[in-house]
Amino acid sequence: MSKQKLVVIGNGMVGQKFLEQFAAKEQASNFQITTFCEEPRAAYDRVHLSEYFSGKTAEDLSLVAEGFFETSQVDIRLGDKAVAIDRNNKEVKSAKGDLIPYDKLVLATGSYPFVPPIPGKDRPECLVYRTIEDLEAIKATAAKSRVGVVVGGGLLGLEAAKALKDLGLETHVVEFAPRLMAVQIDEGGGKMLRAKIEELGVQVHTGKNTREIVDGDDCTLRMNFADESHLETDLILFSAGIRPQDELARQADLAMGERGGITINNYCQTSDEDIFAIGECALWNNRIFGLVAPGYQMSQVAADAISGEFSSEFLGADMSTKLKLMGVDVASIGDAHGMTKGAQSYIYTDEHNQVYKKIVVSEDGKYLLGAVLVGEAEEYGTLLQMMLNDIELPEFPDTLILPQRGDSAAPAMGVDKLPDSAQICSCNNVSKGDLCCAVQGGITELGELKSTTKAATSCGGCSALVGQVLNAELEKLGIEVKKDLCEHFPYSRQELYHLVRVDGIRSFEELISKHGKGKGCDICKPTTASILASCWNDHIIEPALAGLQDTNDYFMANMQKDGTYSVVPRVPGGEITPDGLIAIGEIGKKYNLYTKITGGQRIDLFGAQSHELPLIWKELIDAGFESGHAYGKSMRTVKSCVGSTWCRYGVQDSVGMAILVEQRYRGIRSPHKVKLAVSGCTRECAEAQSKDIGVIATEKGWNLYLCGNGGMKPRHADLFASDLDDETLLKYIDRFFMFYIKTADRLQRTSVWMDNLEGGLDYLRDVVINDSLGIAAELEAQMNHLVDTYQCEWKTTIEDPEKMKRFRHFVNSDEKDSNVVFVKERGQIRPARDDEKRIETVAV
Amino acid sequence: MNAKAELSWVPVCELDDLLTNVGVCAKVADRQVAIFKIADQGKTTLYAIDNHDPFSKANVLSRGIVGDLKGHNVVASPIYKQHFCLETGKCLEEDTQIPVYKVRENAGKVEVFLG
Ligand code: SRM
Ligand SMILES: Cc1cc2nc3c(=O)[nH]c(=O)nc-3n(C[C@H](O)[C@H](O)[C@H](O)COP(=O)(O)OP(=O)(O)OC[C@H]3O[C@@H](n4cnc5c(N)ncnc54)[C@H](O)[C@@H]3O)c2cc1C
Ligand code: SF4
Ligand code: FES
Repeated sequence: MSKQKLVVIGNGMVGQKFLEQFAAKEQASNFQITTFCEEPRAAYDRVHLSEYFSGKTAEDLSLVAEGFFETSQVDIRLGDKAVAIDRNNKEVKSAKGDLIPYDKLVLATGSYPFVPPIPGKDRPECLVYRTIEDLEAIKATAAKSRVGVVVGGGLLGLEAAKALKDLGLETHVVEFAPRLMAVQIDEGGGKMLRAKIEELGVQVHTGKNTREIVDGDDCTLRMNFADESHLETDLILFSAGIRPQDELARQADLAMGERGGITINNYCQTSDEDIFAIGECALWNNRIFGLVAPGYQMSQVAADAISGEFSSEFLGADMSTKLKLMGVDVASIGDAHGMTKGAQSYIYTDEHNQVYKKIVVSEDGKYLLGAVLVGEAEEYGTLLQMMLNDIELPEFPDTLILPQRGDSAAPAMGVDKLPDSAQICSCNNVSKGDLCCAVQGGITELGELKSTTKAATSCGGCSALVGQVLNAELEKLGIEVKKDLCEHFPYSRQELYHLVRVDGIRSFEELISKHGKGKGCDICKPTTASILASCWNDHIIEPALAGLQDTNDYFMANMQKDGTYSVVPRVPGGEITPDGLIAIGEIGKKYNLYTKITGGQRIDLFGAQSHELPLIWKELIDAGFESGHAYGKSMRTVKSCVGSTWCRYGVQDSVGMAILVEQRYRGIRSPHKVKLAVSGCTRECAEAQSKDIGVIATEKGWNLYLCGNGGMKPRHADLFASDLDDETLLKYIDRFFMFYIKTADRLQRTSVWMDNLEGGLDYLRDVVINDSLGIAAELEAQMNHLVDTYQCEWKTTIEDPEKMKRFRHFVNSDEKDSNVVFVKERGQIRPARDDEKRIETVAV
Repeated sequence: MNAKAELSWVPVCELDDLLTNVGVCAKVADRQVAIFKIADQGKTTLYAIDNHDPFSKANVLSRGIVGDLKGHNVVASPIYKQHFCLETGKCLEEDTQIPVYKVRENAGKVEVFLG
């Protein structure tokens, strides 16, 4: 049987999702699939397009898994536009002149930005905001501009305004309607939003009708408004709405809406049953859906239909949204304007904190119809689910939006009231049932639940709810979420940290007698040692602490497979003088140590026996070195690249910053190791994005990336804040690092910790940047204490004869351990294998 | 090998040379013995086991962390973290046993009996 031909026009967000959903079907093998992609690159994430300005590359934004087109055997026609559809011959004509036959055709052509017909709109400084090419044009024009204007104060317009602001322009928003985001939010909310945005330095002009764009006096352009006022600018960005890209369908005579859009039925079929339309070009029930989640639902429906199953229908979608505009939370749910007959609303306004909240309830006061939240939108998930699932309101509905003070906790909706079909994550179409299923399958952690189901991995708006479903389901299964550290302590690491702080506990004996039982073990003792070090920073082998340390911490060196140790002196930022290198070389030679450059830009000396450690360290300290803490769960290294001092591309002194940072945080103990790096420009030679804390230089300062790691499960760090000055950079790192120390689990790296924080990165930003918990000053003070009480553990040790005694191998003899045997390989020593030991090839 | 030493109590160090809950290694005849002073409700007890870790084949058990697990006093190997019972030498995770030795305090000195 010859294969059927499936052609998809448009490889945008929805077109690509369709290909993935279709390729996952068994029937896919009966089809030969071709997709047109007018843009020069395959599908990318338009929703996060603005991040292109904050450092994300086109590859970062790509939505196509590596090798997808090859393994799914999809023929992608990059940079080729479909120019006509011949329905009689069932062929699509391409701009390159080819004719592509189809049995089934899918239109996923999206939409284009609407530019109002204002004279002067075609000037080269007039731009739009939809593709990566658009953003490149904006960047190039902005580089020559001082002032920028966004026309349109809707959702996208405000996002574009933020981008202009970040590009350093004096930014204005010009809106035709009397308020911002008129579609999604009401007057009260719009007012609050405007106040907040103006506070951030963006000037808002509402009720302005642009009549013409002409040459300016002070700037390149001048916008003349209908009310005779005017505004000068160097760049204009149109964001006045979108229009469905329906030209092809119009030519092909498919049924269309009055104001555009390709009419579809519940199976996403157009008026020609072999042609489907999905995404922003499609018109269902006279509505266009300008969000990605409904598009994804349509693509699934179309995939089900084309495979012959016709197993699902598109029945409309909820257009509620929650976003962060310039750092301001804004959410709109359902009937935000109270248009339903008899609807009543409750409004809460807090001008001091600039918070506005409104809920719209049904005439009988029983059900939620809509809501508007500005300035604070934590209730979004709960309210949305209440509306979508017709959950009955509490007796006093206003308690849902009133601030919770003292013990007056907000009435919990109780996720158990939600039906299994309730869609918890709309970005990734994950229902409550899907989440419960995963938990029944054995998942007990939020981070794991997110990575398995993909819930809460896009906009993050649902993460609090996902957490609630997880906890409720675990409880239902009778799985006690046991955070007990071990059999000696019925507490998590975070709780123990808190107990130590609050009670001022300084020893393990005190902690276990007050809060635990038994004698302790190799789990709770090192954990306590780490907590005590993070709080009080006493020398780690003080008699009261020595017995708590893992051997690596006790000997302040890393134990190797044969019981010998390795020695790693600190080399801040990886910068080392020739004299330093010679000193290390000579010490290595004298003690016959194996030397190797580590992955952390320093030098490791292996094969030292315990009695040699103090001797080696005395010489290292005399040569100006200090402990590198390669042995601790602690701040490890700060990698650097050479930066602006030498490199022709460098824009900041990355080595200087790396040294500053390494000296600030050296020796600090934490729940797991913490690694840092500083790169001097976006080429990123220090691989900062693979570190717990990564810093990358920009023209204006530093970009801070957080929570990356290499190792077993590599994860790129997330961009946390941009263009920071030195002081703010250190302030944020202080707060972040200390918050991690206080709250992470034992042996939990920053990435896993963040994945398990309800609210993820946004929450972390709130805590660190906006001080939402009111603990920033405390975090900084606690960090300063650690910085101020730093000591080189080895220096203190070799100055104390009592401590020096402990490094002998035998308590009753100066002999060495005869079981330690080395042989030579490539000119250096290595531990002898068992068979070699038997032959007694003693090379030392 | 010193036949006499094997049959009698051998003094190895002062009791004060030991930190509570931190091991030391003593050389007794040709053996390496790991000795621990464990505190338990106000009184201290001495334990002695072989220093050789059968899993890593390195002489390191004196450098492990001591504590109790499921009612046994144990030391955890510093290399691969198996636990050994200080009273019996039994490994808690695998079917293996290491030698244990008699140890006592005598006039301020720690003495080991290889037996
Ligand atoms: C020496 C070194 C390898 C080398 O010769 O280059 C090394 C050696 C060890 N690494 Fe590493 N790691 C070394 C760089 C790295 C790097 C690369 C880097 O830092 O740029 C990574 C991946 C990056 C990261 O951590 O995100 C790395 C990821 C690990 C991991 C996996 C961590 C994870 O989250 O998955 C472990 C296991 C662990 O920590 O539980 C580990 C554990 C270890 C241990 C401690 C294993 C052990 O318990 O014995 C090794 C200690 C050897 C010693 O005696 O020093 N090492 N290790 C490197 C020391 C760097 C330094 O100057 O301090
Ligand atoms: C800056 C920005 C921020 C946004 N933020 C959000 C958000 O927070 N949440 C949200 O839900 N949505 C958001 N959106 C909207 C979201 O991006 C769209 O809903 C989604 O991209 C629609 O997908 P689509 O595939 O229908 O269209 P598109 O992604 O636009 O894809 C259509 C593709 O088809 C191509 N094409 C068109 N005609 C042809 C032809 N004849 N031949 C070949 N190819 C053709 C186009 O070049 C384009 O690549 C945002 C959009 C932008 C621009
Ligand atoms: S990769 Fe494995 S073997 Fe190599 S140094 Fe790291 S931990 Fe050791
Ligand atoms: S709703 Fe956006 S990530 Fe779940």
